[in-house]
Amino acid sequence: MSARRPVSDWATDWDHTDPTWIEDPFPIWDDLRRRSPIAHSERFEDGAHFPSRYADVREISYDTEHFSSRRVIVREKKFNPVMPSPPITSDPPEHRPARMPLLPAFNPKAIEKITPRTRALCHRLIDGFIANGKCDAAGDYAQHIPTRTTAAMLGTSEEDGDLYRRWIKMALEEGIHDNDKVMQSLKEMTIYFGEELKKRGTKPSDDLISFMRDQRIDGQPLPPDRLIGTLRLLLIAGIDTTWSAIGASLWHLATHDEDRRRLVAEPSLMDTAVEEFLRAYAPVTMAREVVKDVTVNGCPMKPGSMVLLSFPAANRDPEMFPDADKVLIDRKENRHAAFGLGIHRCIGSNLARMNLRVAIEEWLKRIPEFRLAPGARVTWSEGTVRGPRQLPVVFA
Amino acid sequence: MSGSISLKVQVDAGRCQGHNRCYAIAPELFEIDDYGNSRAKGDGSVPPALEEKARLAVKNCPEHAVRLTQES
Repeated sequence: MSARRPVSDWATDWDHTDPTWIEDPFPIWDDLRRRSPIAHSERFEDGAHFPSRYADVREISYDTEHFSSRRVIVREKKFNPVMPSPPITSDPPEHRPARMPLLPAFNPKAIEKITPRTRALCHRLIDGFIANGKCDAAGDYAQHIPTRTTAAMLGTSEEDGDLYRRWIKMALEEGIHDNDKVMQSLKEMTIYFGEELKKRGTKPSDDLISFMRDQRIDGQPLPPDRLIGTLRLLLIAGIDTTWSAIGASLWHLATHDEDRRRLVAEPSLMDTAVEEFLRAYAPVTMAREVVKDVTVNGCPMKPGSMVLLSFPAANRDPEMFPDADKVLIDRKENRHAAFGLGIHRCIGSNLARMNLRVAIEEWLKRIPEFRLAPGARVTWSEGTVRGPRQLPVVFA
Repeated sequence: MSGSISLKVQVDAGRCQGHNRCYAIAPELFEIDDYGNSRAKGDGSVPPALEEKARLAVKNCPEHAVRLTQES
């Protein structure tokens, strides 16, 4: 990765991979919302806009006529040809038929079924470090929960988790600056799923790879590139995102004694607390490509330019949320957009919410008192998904 | 309040995107189909004890798909 030029003005030169943004983006967004609600940057090929108000993020999310999902990541150089991972990269009318078959695998009933497995996994992980009196809550705990859940759902080996995280880092973090990394990640995933499909042959099985293999559209199986594109998406979409939500929630509880003690004393607050963590620390930022001339909130946008679609920034807009900068674990009215808005609502939202809730519940049952390790260095991921990647904590 | 006003919840199928927030708040009032979309249970009538939950379901829907109507 090349050294980044310092940002001159966030309104005209924003950079979501700048160390200041990675560490603490919230003051930047608050400032922009006041003086330049749609910021611009020429650091990215063909220019990129950054709307920081909820209303603008919402309008763009619903407008599939002017904003395409064919590119969902803002990169220095556009990745060509576009890499389809249906349905996240699909626009109407292709979007719906690509999305429908996946939905039943993630409905509340399906997720309820796998909840005990997540609970048992959390206990096993805690068993592994509780006697040490400390751990890296991101590396030793949070990251393993969605990784192993994903492997179990795909029907792959739990030990492939390291591979998954490497591909995701190449595609979503290093890939912002280096398209070769994106290519390498895509190639390796394509080979991996090709082998997994070969292993399965035509044998019926209830894992997601077999499920997607058996899908028929107008009586025909999915073309191989679409099938593998969707499998890549299932792998990429659920791991860093959920890991980040769990890690950020634990970071909050490690640094806010009052909230932690209150949640331990009143477990009935878990429903509102989980939604509030999702609002305040929403991990996922998507993007759109402008495909027709359009004006949003007075800002003209040209075809080819990109829009950073920041649900995390929308969730911090004080026009939408009273005390938007405060984390209120008993917030009752919380129309947050952590899982997106409109037709691309995160398919795995029920799964993510369950993993997050169970991860926090089981942790607090066994480790009600914990804080950041003295002198701890907490590091955060950059770019598309935000969450702590190193979170050293000590238990009381 | 004379007791003759009854509240009903409704889910606008054109707006619902399957966030399932209403169902999480008030499973007594909403049900989810195989595709994750929500609809009101039965005729959507809200018993007095569930009025607060119905209001919260409206106020937490990210897509503004849940509505509460009064019928007298």
